[in-house]
Amino acid sequence: MFLRMLFRAAILRRGRAAAALLAMIVAAAVATAMMNLYVDVQAKLRGEFRNYGANIVIVAKDGQSLPANALTKVESALGAKTLADPFSYAVARTKDGQSVVVVGTDFARARQLNPWWKVIEYFDARLIPSKGWVPPKTALIGVRAAPIVSPDRQPFELSFHDRTITLEPGGSLQTGADEDSRIYLDQSEFQSWTGVVPSTIEVSANGTAAEVEASIHQLAQLLPAADIRPIRQIMEGEANVLNKTRATLYASATLIVLTSALCVLATLIGWVFDRRRDFAIMKALGASERLINGFFAAEAAVLGVVGGILGFFVGIGVAAWIGRANFHAPVVPRFSVFPYILIGSMIVALVSAILPIALLRRVQPAIILRGE
Amino acid sequence: MFPRLVYESFRHQARRKVLAGIAITLGVAVATAMIAVATNIGDKINHELRSYGANLIVTPQEDTLDVQVGGVNLKPPSDGAFLNEADLPKIRGTFWHNNIIGFSPMLPVTVKIGEGSNAKDVTLLGTYFNKPLSFGKEEFTTGVRITHPWWKVLCGDAKESPSCSWPADDSNDVLLGERLAAKLNQKAGDMLEIAGRRFNISGVLSTGGPEDDEIVAPLALAQQILGKPGAVRRVYVSALTKPQDSFAVRDPKTMSPEVYDRWYCSPYAQSIAYQLQEAILHSHAEQIRQVAQNEGTVLSRIKGLMLLVTLAALFASALAVSAAMATAIFERRVEVGLMKALGASSFAVSVIFFAEALLLALVGGIAGFSAGALLARQIGHSIFNSQISIEPVLFPVILAVAVLVTFAGSAAAISRAVKFDPVFALRGEE
Repeated sequence: MFLRMLFRAAILRRGRAAAALLAMIVAAAVATAMMNLYVDVQAKLRGEFRNYGANIVIVAKDGQSLPANALTKVESALGAKTLADPFSYAVARTKDGQSVVVVGTDFARARQLNPWWKVIEYFDARLIPSKGWVPPKTALIGVRAAPIVSPDRQPFELSFHDRTITLEPGGSLQTGADEDSRIYLDQSEFQSWTGVVPSTIEVSANGTAAEVEASIHQLAQLLPAADIRPIRQIMEGEANVLNKTRATLYASATLIVLTSALCVLATLIGWVFDRRRDFAIMKALGASERLINGFFAAEAAVLGVVGGILGFFVGIGVAAWIGRANFHAPVVPRFSVFPYILIGSMIVALVSAILPIALLRRVQPAIILRGE
Repeated sequence: MFPRLVYESFRHQARRKVLAGIAITLGVAVATAMIAVATNIGDKINHELRSYGANLIVTPQEDTLDVQVGGVNLKPPSDGAFLNEADLPKIRGTFWHNNIIGFSPMLPVTVKIGEGSNAKDVTLLGTYFNKPLSFGKEEFTTGVRITHPWWKVLCGDAKESPSCSWPADDSNDVLLGERLAAKLNQKAGDMLEIAGRRFNISGVLSTGGPEDDEIVAPLALAQQILGKPGAVRRVYVSALTKPQDSFAVRDPKTMSPEVYDRWYCSPYAQSIAYQLQEAILHSHAEQIRQVAQNEGTVLSRIKGLMLLVTLAALFASALAVSAAMATAIFERRVEVGLMKALGASSFAVSVIFFAEALLLALVGGIAGFSAGALLARQIGHSIFNSQISIEPVLFPVILAVAVLVTFAGSAAAISRAVKFDPVFALRGEE
């Protein structure tokens, strides 16, 4: 009987029931999409911020050098997602006695770590399969160093402690910073020429501020001979922008969810008020207060659950679309928000059912049935 | 007759009208606030991105190579060219001077500290901290405290305290880099002997960069030590820029005059750099790619995100308004039946409903716009510490959209109510 009353009520007033359900679905969908985005967008933005390059730098302590396996250690400790790039420095002299900083590094890694480096290759990159920028045995020359060491792209000589090497220019490098005055070589080539091993490893660790902090601690234990420091410029800039974005998103999400919830409330209250005749007839036929309350509450609960479930899936779709449209990567559905959506929908539905009932209870059924 | 019908409808059905009005007000308020935030978020985030520091660097045109590794400068001190400090205030005279947040000149000088066999070479970096300058009638302050917001002054035991402070730009106080301080075992308040003169250490500087191994001093002091008054090695400029596009990277020399004007008057990093070069004699200005290249992507991502969220908000508010209107009209079938039974045409009934909807939309729209403006201001204040401005042109747009959405929401319900047979409606059937 109870179940039949529930379903007949919905079937007889299809239009109104559908409108109430629609409002519920929209509210739940918007809430789901906002919660999904709020969590996922931060991870997505952090990924974008990694384009700023390294946020941790590992430097050998004074007068020491990093252990030979330092890079392997760092990579195995921090996992595959972390980018690490070793750098070794030496001050060499050109043929006419000009000092220039020469850096040994791994071009393939440097390219991933520093996507803003503007490299113009002197050779046709399509002809030379290379993971880095320039073919082996050639040097990448900073734009300010280029006119001094190799004005017409001719091979040039560099000497370091009486050991001379002849290098062929492979490309030019422009960053707008110190790199512009330097010459970059492949690490193994650099090492066989100068004998200098890497003194610095730049690490780009992905994750929240706390996770990066944990990575720093982990590295400090792993490499006691090195000085491990966060690059504050990058970390603080990121934290600042991310916090503001998060706060804005949070405010927007709260506003939107609140509006949707209030509108569901208004729609449902209208619906229940509209059915005061049902209420009056039930009461006139001798139904107890508890039964009537239970009936309307059950109705609201069913509406809340159905609306919440449907809205959840619609919302995941919306969040995925936003992720694809803006970040070119789908937002991962978070089923952990499902219980919150379900409970929230039910609470809103119950409140909007019980509020009008409490008002109607004080009215005599006869007055309602007379249509006053 | 017509105004009276509408007036009586509002008087006697105050509860329903208030409910519908609240829905419209809320919808419009959220829409207004979200549009205001979405249109302002670009500017706000652009400002926040300046916490990454300078995005432009000005160097002498005919400079020799920098020979600097790990905070140690190996370049002979008097080698190379310098910029003239007196030219710097002209930066405020460039076309996009309002977009320039600040600038810091730098002059690295290699000095010897310690005595005898313990003596070692250390870089002393001269700069502005928060220097008051004037250009024409305009007074402003600039320096590393604006362009390098992550620089912190500590006291040597890694805690900030009032006794350690930024040196004044006209003082003889210096800051000691964090790691250099640890090596020398010195702290704020100690005296440091450089080039035969004793200087007060006003604090320990932590930057997380090469400055941690250097001494940072007022620019005038570095110039005195170098013996070159007015010399500056490079200038860092922090400017608000427009994200780079294909137009930005074109070479100004190959442009026609109109295109050149358009390029010159767009705040691209490239065009601001070009103007800096014009302002400072014999200089070369360039973007710092690490900062300048990335801010465009981050900015467009955040803007895009807020745009989509705003769309979702507009959609939700539109649906909410429509739902409220539909409910309000559906409840009045009996009334429609009565009017039609008395001989009113469907058109006349629709006009009454639309007039009511218009009135509701206007009142709700105005109330919602004001509430939304307040909300946007609150968001701007609490998140960005600055005003979120609402374009006045938004007001008629919002109002028109509110009326449109209210009409759209009512239309279906009105057409259904009007088609309903008056006999059934009056009998109370559905």
